[in-house]
Amino acid sequence: MHTVILGNGITGVSAALRLRTLDPQREITLISGESDYHYSRPALMYIFMGHMRYQDTKPYPDSFWDQQRLRRVRGWVVGIDAQARRLHMHGGESMAFDQLLLATGSKSNKFGWPGQDLPGVQGLYDLMDLRLLYENIRGVEQAVIVGGGLIGIELGEMLHSRHVPVTFVVREASYWDNVLPAEESAMLNRIIRDAGMGLRLQTNLQEIHAGADGRVAAIETDDGERIDCQFVGLTPGVSPNVEVVRDTAIEVGRGILVDDSFHTTVDGIYAAGDCAEIVTPGEGRNLLQQVWYTGKAQGRVVGEVMAGRDAHYRPGTWYNSAKFLDLEYQTYGQVGFHLPGEKHLFWEHSDHRHALRIVYTDRGVVGMNLMGLRYRHRSCERWIEEGRDVDYVLDHLEEANFDPEFFRRHEVEIRGVLRGQYRDQRARGAAA
Amino acid sequence: MIESRALDYSFDEEALGFEAPPRGAGVARTLGQGLAVAAMAAGFLALVVVWASGWMRGSWLGLFLSLGLIATGGTATFYLRFAGTVPGIRHDGVVFGSATGRGWIGWGLGLVITGFYILLYWFPQTLEGGVHLVDPLSQILAGKGADHWFLYGLLYTLAVWVFGLRMFMKYRHNRYQQVRTASVMIVQLGLSFVLPNLLKAFHQPEFYFSYFWPLKWSYLWPGDFGIGWLVHHPSRVGLWMVIFGAGMSFVATPVLTYFFGKRWYCSWVCGCGGLAETLGDPWRQLSSKSPRAWRLERVSIYSVLVIIVVTTVLLWIDYAAGHPVFGAAAPLLAKWYGFFIGAIFAGVIGVGFYPILGSRVWCRFGCPQAAVLGLWQKLFSRFRITTNGDQCMSCGNCSAFCEMGIDVRSYAERGENIVRASCVGCGICAAVCPRGVLKLENGTTHADRFYGADRPLDLLISSALRGPDIPFERRD
Ligand SMILES: Cc1cc2nc3c(=O)[nH]c(=O)nc-3n(C[C@H](O)[C@H](O)[C@H](O)COP(=O)(O)OP(=O)(O)OC[C@H]3O[C@@H](n4cnc5c(N)ncnc54)[C@H](O)[C@@H]3O)c2cc1C
Ligand code: SF4
Ligand code: SF4
Repeated sequence: MHTVILGNGITGVSAALRLRTLDPQREITLISGESDYHYSRPALMYIFMGHMRYQDTKPYPDSFWDQQRLRRVRGWVVGIDAQARRLHMHGGESMAFDQLLLATGSKSNKFGWPGQDLPGVQGLYDLMDLRLLYENIRGVEQAVIVGGGLIGIELGEMLHSRHVPVTFVVREASYWDNVLPAEESAMLNRIIRDAGMGLRLQTNLQEIHAGADGRVAAIETDDGERIDCQFVGLTPGVSPNVEVVRDTAIEVGRGILVDDSFHTTVDGIYAAGDCAEIVTPGEGRNLLQQVWYTGKAQGRVVGEVMAGRDAHYRPGTWYNSAKFLDLEYQTYGQVGFHLPGEKHLFWEHSDHRHALRIVYTDRGVVGMNLMGLRYRHRSCERWIEEGRDVDYVLDHLEEANFDPEFFRRHEVEIRGVLRGQYRDQRARGAAA
Repeated sequence: MIESRALDYSFDEEALGFEAPPRGAGVARTLGQGLAVAAMAAGFLALVVVWASGWMRGSWLGLFLSLGLIATGGTATFYLRFAGTVPGIRHDGVVFGSATGRGWIGWGLGLVITGFYILLYWFPQTLEGGVHLVDPLSQILAGKGADHWFLYGLLYTLAVWVFGLRMFMKYRHNRYQQVRTASVMIVQLGLSFVLPNLLKAFHQPEFYFSYFWPLKWSYLWPGDFGIGWLVHHPSRVGLWMVIFGAGMSFVATPVLTYFFGKRWYCSWVCGCGGLAETLGDPWRQLSSKSPRAWRLERVSIYSVLVIIVVTTVLLWIDYAAGHPVFGAAAPLLAKWYGFFIGAIFAGVIGVGFYPILGSRVWCRFGCPQAAVLGLWQKLFSRFRITTNGDQCMSCGNCSAFCEMGIDVRSYAERGENIVRASCVGCGICAAVCPRGVLKLENGTTHADRFYGADRPLDLLISSALRGPDIPFERRD
């Protein structure tokens, strides 16, 4: 049996490794047009900033793939013949498969802005974009990044590291406040400005103007302001990369539609990771998860399914982490979900670089946010899953602290502040 | 339709790699930075002049104008470089830099340091100019004129301090880094430089309290090239020194390593480690992570350990028998060890190749002390590096900046703890991890070190109730 995995990102590779473990005999092929070997996409920025060489971002030594008998093919798949079980490659070759996993990832959003395809305007998703960035920032005196978010701030940090002046143009009233609560978001505004970058909030991009040379020369905002710039980074989020399945029998919604075992609507063809949209009957809204961790977890499950096991994807307690310039961020559970009756406890250090938020309902603690603090994943997850109450969590904060040794501990202060807030909230609740 | 940007892409990332991106308008050097660099340059100029011509030789002025200016200018340069930035990891351009990325500056520095070691070991008379330069300091400390070892000790200590202060600035957001850097700086200055020279001044044996067998092999060798000169020293403290050294080798090593891991020595006390953690820091990312290097490491480090143990045993047998039982074997081995391992491996390659092979070549491939400490750490220690759940996104910063060439990522991405004999506990992997995945910890028992302690308090209680063998589910 020949299993072909389209995409050598974390999803495809996790699936391949799981499948190899369960089925030592299976013929497995990984295809990607982007790179010969699997590399860590979140590490793209570190290549550019010179923290690591490209080789260092490859999680496995090159010899690993032959050892595991995972065949690698470099090339773009331009068509899928679901009936004949064949893939068609750019360049004319074709490849037969018995099973196919689509792990094609995402692509950068574009919202039809005038001028979005001018030279000097780009997003950041893959090695192609990284290569393009090298050309695009040559001689740039001012760069603008449109659309906030995680990739935007990473792109800003990259340009900043090469001494390219950066200004963010963001639709929201505060950076990433569609995801972060106001206080954390304010910390981000501050850290962006402290680093010496410009930040225009509540500003919409209207149009991108070309100069005499045909390259980008300025942007115009919705209030008519013109910002001269020779580079525009567009980072208004990503959406599932479904190009290759358009016009096939495989059904597509926002992403490639799959069930919780990652079967698409065509037998023997699976999809997982960023590109998949998991249909969850009865939940109203389908599941679209586009981060590294979920790609890894989904990849493992679909690997089991393709090995013939009965496996289902059961997303656990949500978590994510990121780093905004020098500010680390962790989130566990449901923060920013606007649950009925939710209440918040929030502590922020006077240096604006450390903060902790606890979200609770009458079921107990449901979510936590940490800024500039490292907490133990397993402790936070367990508190949330066990539905611990605020008092229990506050009593056990020390247990979860994951900061390096000798770091200043804030738990005593945090407990004092949050206890006070909690008492007030309960008193108010009782009075009402 | 697949976009043309993809179909037209034909860059070969494997063969070409990614070079340094173009720089933007940039930030100009400030006046202060210019002055600091100028001071350092003037110091180097003065050094060459004083060294070569003999002018101002032996005077305090000569010493201050040369080494003094270099050290002050160097410290100021590092201070100003980091002072203008927000505290955080500053590894921008490490890969592209000529000095840090094996460019011509790196190779040049490697040549200079290597050359210095060759002169120091085999042609010390060529260093006479420098020896006289540091005379005034030697006069006060040791009560007599300098020799080339005094010069070496001073340069070594200066390097640890200047680059130690650089570490302080670079990691001013990280107290673990600051505390352990302060520790190696103080040990180097106090125990490895000032104290041995003071001992000389007071006609006591020149003893280094921060080194012991097997790294300082002669501290447990019999006879005159071993402990003889200590034991027979007229002052009688020599005997206590031998006992202290043996205590460090056989009692302190296992006990401290049980509680703290080998880091208590390798990145807090040891002078070689101290130099690697300070002067060597700009080059830590050059250590090879290839599987080949790892195979070589396992053979070479334990071979050196076996050689030093065998040599020591043979020497003692000869000594006990009162005559050479194995012919000339034991003294010959001892001599070769000093030459090949002590001088060439630890000095010339170990330090001279910092800018080419990374900062811990000796510690990783050769040091018998590291081998012993590593065995304890692997088999019987509470120390481990814990992984935070499933948060690793395989970026590779931890592996890239591990000076011991450990592929930290390969553990972290599987959610496994890192328990490796070679880990010196420098904590840099935890510092550079952008997702806060790693934490160096001393657990409450050695038994759970492979799987991590999610709930250290509960663990403490259950381990008290049930003994140390807590069964832990291995996480997939
Ligand atoms: C700059 C950046 C930073 C990020 N940082 C984080 C982070 O810190 N934490 C986090 O959790 N997530 C992060 N993410 C998101 C994370 O990288 C993705 O969720 C994850 O990589 C998705 O993995 P995947 O395997 O599903 O898809 P991908 O990694 O996108 O892999 C898909 C592969 O398939 C290839 N492919 C697609 N179509 C074809 C075709 N037709 N023919 C041939 N090959 C094809 C693509 O070229 C690509 O190589 C980041 C993303 C970006 C862009
Ligand atoms: S594993 Fe981490 S702590 Fe250990 S030597 Fe490597 S970088 Fe240092
Ligand atoms: S630095 Fe952190 S996130 Fe990156 S590979 Fe290492 S453990 Fe994983």
